[in-house]
Amino acid sequence: MSAPEQLPDHDHGLLRFLTCGSVDDGKSTLIGRLLFDTKTILVDTLSAIEKTSAKRGMSAVDLSLLTDGLQAEREQGITIDVAYRYFSTGTRKYIIADAPGHEQYTRNMVTAASTANLAIILIDARKGMLTQTRRHSYLASLVGIPHLLVAVNKMDLVDYDQATFERIRADYLAFAAKLGIGDVRFIPLSALNGDMIVDRGERLAWYDGPTLLEILESAPAAHTEQAEDFRFPVQFVCRPQDSSNPELHDYRGFMGRVESGEVAVGDPVTVLPSGARSRIKTIELGGAKLARAIHEQSVTLLLEDEIDISRGDLIVKSSEAAEPVKEIDAIVCWLAEAPLSTARTYLVRHTTREVKAKVARIDYRLDVNTLAQEPASVLTMNDIARVTLKLAQPIVADAYRSNRATGAFIVIDESTNNTVGAGMIA
Amino acid sequence: MSTLTRQTLSHLDWLEAEAIHIMREVAGQCSNPVLLFSGGKDSICMLRLAEKAFRPGRFPFPLMHIDTGHNYREVTDFRDKRAAELGERLIVRSVEDSMARGTVVLKHPGESRNKHQSVTLLEAIEEFGFNACIGGARRDEEKARAKERIMSFRDEFGQWDPKNQRPELWNLYNARSHKGENIRAFPISNWTELDVWQYIQREELELPSIYFAHVRPVVRKGDLLQPVTELTPARPDDKIEDMRVRFRTVGDITCTAPVESDADTVAKILLETASTTITERGATRMDDQTSEASMEQRKKEGYF
Repeated sequence: MSAPEQLPDHDHGLLRFLTCGSVDDGKSTLIGRLLFDTKTILVDTLSAIEKTSAKRGMSAVDLSLLTDGLQAEREQGITIDVAYRYFSTGTRKYIIADAPGHEQYTRNMVTAASTANLAIILIDARKGMLTQTRRHSYLASLVGIPHLLVAVNKMDLVDYDQATFERIRADYLAFAAKLGIGDVRFIPLSALNGDMIVDRGERLAWYDGPTLLEILESAPAAHTEQAEDFRFPVQFVCRPQDSSNPELHDYRGFMGRVESGEVAVGDPVTVLPSGARSRIKTIELGGAKLARAIHEQSVTLLLEDEIDISRGDLIVKSSEAAEPVKEIDAIVCWLAEAPLSTARTYLVRHTTREVKAKVARIDYRLDVNTLAQEPASVLTMNDIARVTLKLAQPIVADAYRSNRATGAFIVIDESTNNTVGAGMIA
Repeated sequence: MSTLTRQTLSHLDWLEAEAIHIMREVAGQCSNPVLLFSGGKDSICMLRLAEKAFRPGRFPFPLMHIDTGHNYREVTDFRDKRAAELGERLIVRSVEDSMARGTVVLKHPGESRNKHQSVTLLEAIEEFGFNACIGGARRDEEKARAKERIMSFRDEFGQWDPKNQRPELWNLYNARSHKGENIRAFPISNWTELDVWQYIQREELELPSIYFAHVRPVVRKGDLLQPVTELTPARPDDKIEDMRVRFRTVGDITCTAPVESDADTVAKILLETASTTITERGATRMDDQTSEASMEQRKKEGYF
């Protein structure tokens, strides 16, 4: 590996993507290949997996060993939990969420998908579309991942046959149309041999599209296509009350992250749920004063007027207001061993606000394999259902489809403090 | 004229914004957090992030260092100086105090105290009633860390249960805990070693001198360089060499090895980091190499 002359001083930001598939689809091999071919894997890691591969009697280095994290996973040869991997191409940084594919780990896939902007769905070229392909695709679309990349892997095992690839593509498109998935791309590859991942290889000459890495390099990052409305949940209120510095005596900074849209000094804003109005006086970031704040930026806002604002309040532009609601319809994925009980009170965390909630009714449960809607009176781990929740205090929410940040919530069981559910507001 | 192209954050700005958001969540959700500050490069970045998150206010948490008593003077001096410059409270708790109490018992006087930091950390958590410890661990450091949550729950024995972690979705962090339990929060989980150095360069952060190339007597031990110090003296048959080295991580003297390097500026270190062929811990940590699962084991026992 040669040293770069110099590091780029600007970049194309960061892309978070998700890989879904089972061990048999070669998912770990694909990730290993991406890390290996972008020279992210370093010599000592490689020599460690060489040793392990040899110990297990394999002739070639098993790149899938790179993604085994925990002792139990190595012992059982499976992936239990979501793992995060990193690589960088010099122009872009990538965070891979590697979700296990087993049926019982649907909750891991939803977890991994919640922060991803692109999903790679792996299909074994020999097997074509499976039940789990449908499930992964459905979950990815449910969690609002805007871009899907269907990777038909193990092309080496079907003699790099174009007709096989085309047949799988046609099957998938027929299915995707039913789901309403918009942006789907297809790529044939062999993770084992490294064809069409970073390098094109020589055996897929009939495919004239971009390589996997080229698709990732040009995929839009989340911040370029989010909702336009300005949403700023207040995380923390800064009141220095420093008697030695009179300038700070009346300082009241509202700290948070711009979850969507943008805001500029002078903009009229409304604080929700109170409805109080003011204008942006100052926007600060680490001592610097900014003219505006953009999506995903963590800043401190100061307002023209003295208004009572605390953690859990939402600052919006007065022209882009939202309504506080006390009842919400949502798709919920149940994540806990203990089933959802409609008799119990839970805690809902939505943006920076926590409210008590009860499930008023379970409208239906979804079979994620067939997409059939079934009646249900109880939800167990990995179930996905449409429910109606009654809240003790109002929250200011948007539909998840239009705003991932203000449309999402988690459900917490107060007795254990565990996160037991993930919700997306309809 | 308006443009349709929206401004986006560079990867470093994105990572910074995420880390600030996480720190503010800890401060907003936890009644009594603490930020672990060792004087090492990751925790130096953490202090800058805390400044960006909370100034002009004071930090809503004190700083704390669990000192093995075997740290480089350059680093502990820097630790004290930095805390004083910021005007923030620094708590230091020492493994030696735990040894005096009898809660840490070394197998032999020469045993590394590094893993025993867990005991002292848990004792300090109990002493001050901390319900959240903010640390500078990164997922790219080690494979057990790659599976850890940003807000990682520990039971009343400080144990991490990797198979039973709270699901963590979107940026809705759950830092709730009952009395006696605590949360370990990792704001720079998603940073790599290269990101850390890029941030140090951009923010012009000051570092302890041993991060930069300097001449030091060392002994070659396999692939590692062992510094010759009072704690790690050369054996009679060792060949002592004066080499130009720098530290990639700074920790307990008995288990932290330098690497050969001429990089005496942040810019040069950045170039070396971008073109390195050995992982950060692989080159420098003697304690991680005992077994494939040693970090995981330590974390289950309450280690950071």
